[in-house]
Amino acid sequence: MLNYDIVVIGGGPAGLAAAVSAKRNGAESILVLERDKELGGILNQCIHNGFGLHTFQEELTGPEYAGRFIGQLQEEQIAYKLNTMVMDIGANKVVTAMNREEGMFEIQAKAIILAMGCRERSRGALNIPGYRPAGIYSAGTAQRLVNMEGYMPGREVVILGSGDIGLIMARRMTLEGAKVKVVAELLPYSGGLKRNIVQCLDDFGIPLKLSHTVVDIDGKERVEGITIAQVGPDRRPIPGTEEHYACDTLLLSCGLIPENELSRSLGVEMSPVTSGPLVNECLETNVEGVFACGNVLHVHDLVDFVSEEAASAGRHAAEYILNGARHLASGGRDIPIQAVEGARYTVPRTINPERMDEKHTVRFRVGDVYKNCYVSVYLNNERIIHRKRPVVAPGEMEEVVLKKEQLAGFPDLSQITVKIEEA
Amino acid sequence: MEARELICIGCPLGCQLKVGLEDGQVASVSGNTCKRGDAYARKEVTNPTRIVTSSVIVEGGSLAAVSVKTREDIPKGKIFEIMKALKGVKVQAPVHIGDVILGDAAGTGVDIVATKNVEAMP
Repeated sequence: MLNYDIVVIGGGPAGLAAAVSAKRNGAESILVLERDKELGGILNQCIHNGFGLHTFQEELTGPEYAGRFIGQLQEEQIAYKLNTMVMDIGANKVVTAMNREEGMFEIQAKAIILAMGCRERSRGALNIPGYRPAGIYSAGTAQRLVNMEGYMPGREVVILGSGDIGLIMARRMTLEGAKVKVVAELLPYSGGLKRNIVQCLDDFGIPLKLSHTVVDIDGKERVEGITIAQVGPDRRPIPGTEEHYACDTLLLSCGLIPENELSRSLGVEMSPVTSGPLVNECLETNVEGVFACGNVLHVHDLVDFVSEEAASAGRHAAEYILNGARHLASGGRDIPIQAVEGARYTVPRTINPERMDEKHTVRFRVGDVYKNCYVSVYLNNERIIHRKRPVVAPGEMEEVVLKKEQLAGFPDLSQITVKIEEA
Repeated sequence: MEARELICIGCPLGCQLKVGLEDGQVASVSGNTCKRGDAYARKEVTNPTRIVTSSVIVEGGSLAAVSVKTREDIPKGKIFEIMKALKGVKVQAPVHIGDVILGDAAGTGVDIVATKNVEAMP
């Protein structure tokens, strides 16, 4: 059996940053396991620019951003295995993995960092009626085909869902000569970043139809057309509003789901809101020595925040290796953070005022679009943060910074509450 | 004074900008949270530009395609000419980040450079 102090599951942006940070914080023996044939994860197919403004103070494309971290991994001489699929993680932290060269093998780890990322919601999960012809792709699959493998999935395209990948692909397909006829979004607002609406749809005159969904797919062998209809406040199609678009391709950009099969079988406690693990401020799950970061924990809007979060997970995993369970020894209590009234969840789920760093960034998403609202934080019943925001939207992650000294001022702290308050 | 509302594309924050124009000249910019926003607003109302990204086929490499970008932003009206200039371009592996794939693309004076390393097939 192989032995490593830290095994990182996944070599995408989260896994790379976590491994590099663990090494720089004193962990010596680290192994990264990646199922694809190269490191970098989803960044390899995100060839558009806009990555890295926070991390590197310059605007990079996805492959360039990944390239920086792959460079750091190599500088730190961290071991990795490609084309390697992790099958199971045992409660004793034995990782079972397989690849073509070594077959099935086991690795005994002392700490594990979960960095498996997420996957796209599929047609099956969306329950779209109609035939099942060729020409229906998730936006990410189409992105990989166009950008990495050099294939065009189709010429006349309808896109369902206005998540960022769908918006980016609307532009990409247009640049490659396809006609993107419409982007339909079930909700009354886009799930993507505002900048992507501007530079991917508006720049090319592609219509975005909010409160619309696909109600029928025509074509037996190949997609021949799509029918969309307006939906009411109950999100059900309104009869009589149907519009038909002749097209050969339907792209789906309808949300991302953290990929947590391994976490679940390990007994990691999950959040029903994020579909990711519940973690404390060290990004440690309920299973001691098992940490989580990146999109497997909660779906992020910016890779820069993934890198930041993963670096924190890596540092805490290194501390766990070097100091033993510092968290157990440090005393203090895990104070739950409650997300209510507009705030859907927070990461972390709990914070320990004794153990925490001087400052801790709590990230969360809101459940609806709110204008001229306040992001508020309460310690017990006292409001300590009341920050005005012109607009918050579900597509963009929000954050609040908690300070250790502030929390220390509440010796009988039993609950932290994050909420959106309307003006 | 004429006012135009824009959404900044400088970074994913997407600040809502207000640009005041007088006789076609930018008189004021508000709503931005950083210097980039100011610069973007001034450019967007006078000479809008974009970075163009795409990918081209690699021969003899460990991967089928290499991602590329215009090294700097180019006038928005030139986007499709750049794409046309890239049609059919093939490169030989190895390719490294920053390698020039196509010089002076579509007469913009801007080079197209690789944004990914693709090693030669062993």
